[in-house]
Amino acid sequence: MEITGAQAVMKSLEMLDVDTVFGYPGGAILPAYDPMIEAGFEHVLVRHEQGAIHMAEGYAHATNRVGVCIVTSGPAATNLVTGLTDAMMDSVPVLAITGQVASTAIGSDAFQEADVTGITMPIPKHNELVTSAERIPEAIKEAFHVARSGRPGPVLVDIPKDILSAPFEWHWDDRVDLPGYKPTVRGHGKMVREALDLIASAERPVIYAGGGLVRARAAVELERFASLLGLPVVTTLMARGVLPDTHELFVGMPGMHGHYAGVRALQESDLLITLGARFDDRVTGKLAAFAPEAKIIHVDVDPAEIGKNREVDIPIVGDVKVVLEQLLTVLEDKQRKGQFEELVPDATAWRAHLGALKSQHPLRVDQPEQGVLKPQSAIRAVYDVWGDEAVYVAGVGQHQMWAAQHIPYTRAGQWINSGGLGTMGFAVPAAIGAKAGVGRDVPVVAIDGDGCFQMTFQEIAAAVQHDIPVVFVVINNGYLGMVRQWQSLFYEDRLSQVALPQDLPDLLKLADAYGIPGFRIDRIEDLYTTLEKAHAITDQPVLVECRVHPDEMVFPMVPSGASNEELIESAEEWYARVAEQQA
Amino acid sequence: MNHRHTLSVLVENKPGVLTRIAGMFARRGYNIHSLAVGPTEDERVSRLTLVVGTEAVQLEQIIKQLNKLVHVLKIVELEENAAIEREMQLVKVNADPAIRSQIIEIAEVFRAKIVDVDHDSITIEVAGNPSKLEAIVELLQPYGIRELVRSGTIALARGTRSISDGSKLRMRQVS
Ligand SMILES: Cc1ncc(C[n+]2csc(CCOP(=O)(O)OP(=O)(O)O)c2C)c(N)n1
Ligand SMILES: [Mg+2]
Repeated sequence: MEITGAQAVMKSLEMLDVDTVFGYPGGAILPAYDPMIEAGFEHVLVRHEQGAIHMAEGYAHATNRVGVCIVTSGPAATNLVTGLTDAMMDSVPVLAITGQVASTAIGSDAFQEADVTGITMPIPKHNELVTSAERIPEAIKEAFHVARSGRPGPVLVDIPKDILSAPFEWHWDDRVDLPGYKPTVRGHGKMVREALDLIASAERPVIYAGGGLVRARAAVELERFASLLGLPVVTTLMARGVLPDTHELFVGMPGMHGHYAGVRALQESDLLITLGARFDDRVTGKLAAFAPEAKIIHVDVDPAEIGKNREVDIPIVGDVKVVLEQLLTVLEDKQRKGQFEELVPDATAWRAHLGALKSQHPLRVDQPEQGVLKPQSAIRAVYDVWGDEAVYVAGVGQHQMWAAQHIPYTRAGQWINSGGLGTMGFAVPAAIGAKAGVGRDVPVVAIDGDGCFQMTFQEIAAAVQHDIPVVFVVINNGYLGMVRQWQSLFYEDRLSQVALPQDLPDLLKLADAYGIPGFRIDRIEDLYTTLEKAHAITDQPVLVECRVHPDEMVFPMVPSGASNEELIESAEEWYARVAEQQA
Repeated sequence: MNHRHTLSVLVENKPGVLTRIAGMFARRGYNIHSLAVGPTEDERVSRLTLVVGTEAVQLEQIIKQLNKLVHVLKIVELEENAAIEREMQLVKVNADPAIRSQIIEIAEVFRAKIVDVDHDSITIEVAGNPSKLEAIVELLQPYGIRELVRSGTIALARGTRSISDGSKLRMRQVS
C-alpha cells in the first residue's frame, strides 16, 4: 500500500498505541496535520510548544507510557529544548516529532530552518534527522523503543517537509534493529548475592530510593524487599510515594529540603542500598562529607551512574524492578531452606533511633496569627480535600518543596515535578498532560507558584478547549519565594528583583477570562470551605488562588554547598550560626 | 594522575556520529588528545581511535558515556604494550641543494619517504609511533621546518583477536 510520509507518521503512532498527542501546527509539519484529521488518537492543541513537551512529560510521568508531542520547524522546535532537557534530567520517556524544512533546502538558511538535531545533540537520549520516507516507520518505532527502555528519556525525530509528502510503500516490522543499544536488564547474580551478604552484616542500613523505582514501577517489589529485611527507606524528591509515607519503614525525604530524619538516615548510615538514585548534589550536599561511613550498593539501569559521583562497593547494573525480583528470589529460596534469618540485619536499634528522630523533628508549621494563611497550611489542606486518590503536580520553588514535604504520598506516579532541571512553568502543562493520561476518575491538582504560573498559564486555554479538568492551585506569596529565601539567608536579606505584585495579574479575572471557576483564599478561616467548593467541580478546570503570607521559608535546609551535617531547621538557627562565625 | 589512554571505538556509520562523540567530550569537559576516524572491513561500521589523557575514574566515565550513545557499538581500551599504534606525519623542511643530502640521510634512518622535492625544500612522509615522529622533528628542527601536519593515532591490538569479534549487528525484538 502506497502512502505518504505524513500518513506513515500517523500509522506508526497508531501501531505504537498512542492515544494522545500534544502539538502545534506550522509550515514544515503541515503535511502531518492533514492525515491527523482521520488519525486514531487525540490531538491537544497547546498554546506554546514548551507546553506541548511538558504535557507529554506529564502524560508520561502519570501513565508510565511514552508522551508524544509534535511541532513544526525552527522556532517551534527550539521551543522544545527546555522540555527535552527536563525530560532527560528526570528520565521521562518522551517522543518529540519536529517538522524540518525540505531536505533540498537544508543548510540554506531557509525560512524557519534551524539545525534542530544539531541544537539538541547533547540533550535528549537520542535524535535523528530522517532522510527518506521509507525510514519513517523505523525511525519512530526506534525512537519509542529508546525512549521507554533502559533508562527512559526523550528522543527527537526531525522530518523534512518533502519527506512527509513523499509517497512510499508502507511497511511495519515489530522488531527493532539497534545493534549499539542493548540496555542490561538482569543484575549480575554474584553481585546480587554479595549485596545480600553485605546487607546482612550492616548495622545501620538504609534504602536510598530514587526516581528509577518510579520509572520501573517497582513499588510492590520495594515494599516486599524492605519489609522482609526490615530496611528503613528514604524516598528522594523523584521517588516520593514509591514507598508510602505511611509505611512503618518510611523515614523521610533526604536532600536539601528533606525531612530531618531523611537527611540524618543517610548521614549516619553504614550501608546505603541505592536503588535507581544518582547521588545528585541536592541529595548529597557537599559530596566529600556525604554519608561518610556508608558502604554503597548501587543498582541502576544506567551503568554511567554507577561510580559517577560516589565510589561503589557493590555495583549492580540492571532494571531495578528485575534486580529486586532477583533479590527476592534469593530471599525466598533461603526462607524455604530455613537460612533466611542469617540474611536479616540486626537493625532494631537503628530503626528505633530513626523513629525517634522522626518524632523529635517533625516539619514545623508555626501556628499562624489569626487570619494569616500560611503556604504550608494551604498545601496540607489541598491534600486533606483532594486526598490520596489525586495526582499532585508541582512547579519549582518553595511551594514545590512544601508540596514534597507535607503531602504524605502513597503511590508511584502520584507526585510529579521537575527535579533535575528545576523548570519553572512545568506545573500547568504537566498537570494537563497528566490529566489527559489518567482520565476522568483521577483528580489532578497542580500546586504552582505565582512566578511559575505566569510562565505557562496560557495552557489553561488548552485545558478548557479540550475539556481536561485540572485543578490549578496557585500558592501566591507575591514573590519568587525560593530566590527571596536565598537572598534573605545568604545575601543579608538584600532583595533583588524578586517581588511579584500579588494582584498582578488578578487571578480571579484571569479565571474569568478563561471561562473557568476561580476562587481566592486569603484567610485560614476560609481555607477548607473554599477548597471544598473547588473540589465539588470536576467537569471543568478550576483555578484556586491561595494568597499566603510572603515571609515563610522552607526548612529543613542544607545551605547550598554545605555538608548535610549543617542541616538547619529554622532561619534563627542559620542567623545564629552566621553570627557565631563572624564573632 | 593523568595517563594517556587509547580507545578503539566501533560506531555505526551514521551521519553526525562523529559530532555526537566530539560533542559528548566537550559537554562533559573531557579532553581528546587525538582522534582518527575511518572505514573498517564492514562498510556499515566506522572505527575511531581516540587518545585521551585522564585518570582511571574519569576514563571509566568516558567509556560509559560513550557506550550510552546509540550509534556506538563497541569500545576497547588498547593497552600500550599490547597494541600497535601509528601516526602519520608530513614535514616540509628547508633544504637548499647544499644540505639536501643530510636531510635525506636523516629520513633514511627513520625509514621515512621523500615525497616531494623543490628548489629549497623537501617534504618527508614518516609513519610510526608518536615518539618516533617527535624524534625526527627534533633532528629536522635545526634546518627550519616550514610546515608540519600530523594525523591522529590509529591503533590495533597485537595478536589474532579482532575488536569486531562478537559484535555482529543483530536484530532485536521490541520490548
Ligand atoms: C525557568 C526558570 N527560571 C528561573 C529559575 C530560578 N528559580 C527557582 S525557584 C524560583 C522562584 C519561583 O517562584 P514562584 O513560582 O513564585 O514559587 P515560590 O518559590 O514563591 O513558591 C526561581 C526564579 C528556575 N528554576 N527556572
Ligand atoms: Mg511565589
